Amino acid sequence: MAKGIYVIAEQRDGALRKVSFELASAARKLADQTGDEVSAILLGSGVESMAAELGKFGVDKVFVGDNAALEPYVTEAHAQVVAKILKDNDAAIALFGASVQGKDLSARVAAKLAGGLATDCTDVKIDGGKLVAVRPMYAGKCFADVVFNTTPAMASLRPNVFPAVENAKAAAVTKVDVAVDAQKSKILEVQKDTSGKVDLTEANIIVSGGRGMKGPDEYKILEELADVLKGTVGASRAAVDAGWRPQKDQVGQTGKVVSPNLYIACGISGAIQHLAGMSSSKCIVAINKDAEAPIFAKADFGVVDDLFKVVPELTAACKKLLA
Amino acid sequence: MNIIACVKQVPDTEAQIKVKADGSGIDDSQIKWVMNPYDEFGVEEALKLKEKNGGDVTIISVGPARAMETIRTALAMGAEKGIHICDPALDNADAFVTASALAAAIKGLPYDVIFCGQRAIDDDSGQVGAMLAELLGIPQLTIVTKLDYAGNAVKVIRPIEGAQLNIETALPCVVTAQKGLNEPRYASLPGIMKAKKKPVDVKNAAALGVATDVKAKVAKLAPPPARAAGKIICGDDAAQKAAELARCLREEAKAI
Repeated sequence: MAKGIYVIAEQRDGALRKVSFELASAARKLADQTGDEVSAILLGSGVESMAAELGKFGVDKVFVGDNAALEPYVTEAHAQVVAKILKDNDAAIALFGASVQGKDLSARVAAKLAGGLATDCTDVKIDGGKLVAVRPMYAGKCFADVVFNTTPAMASLRPNVFPAVENAKAAAVTKVDVAVDAQKSKILEVQKDTSGKVDLTEANIIVSGGRGMKGPDEYKILEELADVLKGTVGASRAAVDAGWRPQKDQVGQTGKVVSPNLYIACGISGAIQHLAGMSSSKCIVAINKDAEAPIFAKADFGVVDDLFKVVPELTAACKKLLA
Repeated sequence: MNIIACVKQVPDTEAQIKVKADGSGIDDSQIKWVMNPYDEFGVEEALKLKEKNGGDVTIISVGPARAMETIRTALAMGAEKGIHICDPALDNADAFVTASALAAAIKGLPYDVIFCGQRAIDDDSGQVGAMLAELLGIPQLTIVTKLDYAGNAVKVIRPIEGAQLNIETALPCVVTAQKGLNEPRYASLPGIMKAKKKPVDVKNAAALGVATDVKAKVAKLAPPPARAAGKIICGDDAAQKAAELARCLREEAKAI
């Protein structure tokens, strides 16, 4: 019978990414109900030293695949190794991050194993000894309970939703001998974003602007607020389509789905396709002069006023509070 | 070049999604159906590649009878022919079954590049493109915002968190399209007239030899959890409201 809960750790440039700890903690919670062990799969070049860090978040065992061919991440190579480890060990459950890399990898692994995968889950639980994955569909307009007819049951977890909880375990390292096929894809260049801002999908605080911003230059007041709060600026589709902000800033059904601790929507009316992308945020603030704007129905705190007056005052007030 | 673009018919982004009372699915009686927006980017890129390098574009869709409209839309945009995989046994197909059906239809066809949307905006799974690539044994390039064709390879840009990757891949391969890749054209009136006469093969699961048993199953659908009613911040002017909001965020929500 299949056993063991596996998390596929994600590392870049010699450091584990936060979602890896979120996965480990979610797996630990499930394992404490099923009595399973939590194993992590850690691939790359020179990654063994990262195993101990996974142990801090509840990982019993770490399968380390160390090979220059696995660094940096290339889909087919990683999928080959991950699928082999899951299959050889008859894994019961496998959790991936729903990051760009995790989504790319998990679907390929699921196809290799001819198995079921639930993407971008916001909750995972055990029912009758089996995994039930809860995930938004229609960009959050409804939620599905997904069950699995095959093992391993596979799910990718939305970053920023599952808490990373320290719970020290052994993290005993097992080295896996990895033979990787020659790759047809080659990374020519990695262009790093030099803005120093956290990506929207990983941000704790997002200050977002919509049509009410009136133009690209006006985003400066949002950037000032975001700087004070150490947040990232986002935008609605209307603002992106108008060319005020780059595509990578778009939050919504045809942009990024985000779940920060705090989402401040400025001059965003709350079109259904925007709400779809941010309604899993923990605290939502709406600043809009139209009291009838649908965004207020989703907001924990609403300010009905001119954002051009409120935002600079809010920046000043936050600066004072955080000083 | 032989180019394939996979398309899915989905509810329009503005659609209100109502879950049926028994949680078995959504009430689709009031829904306006459209081509998945990410698939439109794939179709557009396929047409651009064809126009520059010669060849033809085949559209493939898995879906019920109404999905034929979406195939015709892509043909009206300029694709040459279509394959409609239509079978009630596929109505509740998961990503693996859908990808298997697409792979079965594609095997035996000549192809250089296969385009898919990076995800469909109905189930939001984002799995089919990668699964299709695996089932065909070819590389995948997911969530692509720029593509250049260079002989027997493509060079693409893939944004990831905090960076973008420039990747070169040997053909054939699967590319999943992200917003930003291009601006999809509208079908012209002559295009719509011509599309009516373009060939579309209709196939069922048995003809393709595809097993329809799903690996992941939606056991239940529910509306999103309700949020508690929010608080409207009062004050005499913007400064007072801003100060009160900052206090609430700090003391009540502990969000800053």
